[in-house]
Amino acid sequence: MIDIFREYWRHYLYTDGYQFTGLIVTIWLLLFSVVLGSALAVPMAIARSSANRFVSRAVWLYTYLFRGTPLFVQLLLCYTGVFSLDVIRNHELTNAFFRDGMHCSLLVFALNTCAYTTEIFAGAIKATPAGEIEAGVAAGMSTLQLYLHVILPSALRRSLPSYSNEVILVFHSTSVAFAATVPDLLKVARDVNSATYQSFAAFGIAFLLYSAITFSLVWLFRQAENRWLAYLTPQK
Amino acid sequence: MTNDVCIDSSRSPEKVVVADLHKSFGTHEVLKGVSLSARAGDVISVLGSSGSGKSTLLRCMNLLEHPSAGRIFVNQTEIRMKQDRTGTLRPVDKHQLRRIRSKLAMVFQHFNLWPHMTVLENVIHAPVHVLGLGRREAEEYGRANLDKVGLGVDIAGRYPAHLSGGQQQRVAIARALTMDPDVLLFDEPTSALDPELVSEVLKVMQKLAAEGRTMIVVTHEMNFARNVSSEIIFLHEGRIEEQGKPADLFANSASSRLRRFLSAA
Repeated sequence: MIDIFREYWRHYLYTDGYQFTGLIVTIWLLLFSVVLGSALAVPMAIARSSANRFVSRAVWLYTYLFRGTPLFVQLLLCYTGVFSLDVIRNHELTNAFFRDGMHCSLLVFALNTCAYTTEIFAGAIKATPAGEIEAGVAAGMSTLQLYLHVILPSALRRSLPSYSNEVILVFHSTSVAFAATVPDLLKVARDVNSATYQSFAAFGIAFLLYSAITFSLVWLFRQAENRWLAYLTPQK
Repeated sequence: MTNDVCIDSSRSPEKVVVADLHKSFGTHEVLKGVSLSARAGDVISVLGSSGSGKSTLLRCMNLLEHPSAGRIFVNQTEIRMKQDRTGTLRPVDKHQLRRIRSKLAMVFQHFNLWPHMTVLENVIHAPVHVLGLGRREAEEYGRANLDKVGLGVDIAGRYPAHLSGGQQQRVAIARALTMDPDVLLFDEPTSALDPELVSEVLKVMQKLAAEGRTMIVVTHEMNFARNVSSEIIFLHEGRIEEQGKPADLFANSASSRLRRFLSAA
């Protein structure tokens, strides 16, 4: 395994000499989709927990579709399926966008994690104790102030533990990006496997790299929980 | 002493006036025409068995509950409301309502502190963000009010969950005071507390009453009602069954229901 890593470490970590490959691509997929997905998930979650059933239902339909179908199918539909449509190929902009596997992967991962994160956040928003909101209302806060100062800070903190699970799941899911020709960590491992026939080493290295990142993520989220959920922990 | 306060307060301006208030939840009418007026310096205790509508009455004053009919005046200004299709009165002017709410500070049965904020942040949050008070000024005022309710500096940086119920309720009172309100509304402030913690909260409330603050208190604490309040209102099934000075009411109440209620308490 050491020999293989010595020979291919650059491929595994960041480049094959022509383009970015391996771990750095996987991390980029993760960061982009998680950042965009959760940024979109906040307004979506507010809409999802809205008393207006029309608004809430519209967001529900979106999360239902993305949570109810496999990520792999979503990626293939976007990359292979959508690109086979004439409307898409006849327009310069959409043609350029959907031709690129990386674009499709980023789009699908972001929309997919956004759907899950929306439900996590919406659940936390709905679980906000009525008294916390009433105290704000009685003090004369506006609806915007209530969301910014009372509901969201409280709800987002409470959703940290389940949100950290979601981020780790997204990290693992990025490995389907190879199907859209994205040279992520798994793609490198498969290429090394075909080039050397050292299957255990080729996939073993990927295994270790994935787990190293997962451990770092778990550690990061533990720090975040210690900091932002301090009010829930027993006092030292 | 109680008499002096009463005579004095009858000349002072009206802070809260409620006129012929009705409130229904579905087909169930909880308030069937309640009127009261609180003048500056009044301490009004609202008594009544559970289900008599006393909390609903209090919560209608700052429109946490929307009444079905009636009028509400705060500082001689009427809260502008309009009936919607379901027959509920809705506020017309949100800015006016928020301004009025910021003048009526409420203390809740379950404290309702914001758990993710420290004690000091809880106390200064609305003054800074609703009243537009400067942060430093608010902190100074907040600390002074924490001191007033008997909480030391060491508590300011802690989270509500790390305090006892009595301490939490005193933080909630300090939070209400830092809004510099015209009227303090107390909704059963000691009902969620362990018996040994009740007195520390009542002492603070007694101190506030002695300062001449206008207070409307929904309570089950008969001693507080008898010794601290300037007026008692006894609600029964959504109507005011009897009202008057505590000395009169406790000595010879006209209504048999009130007599029964007092002897049971």
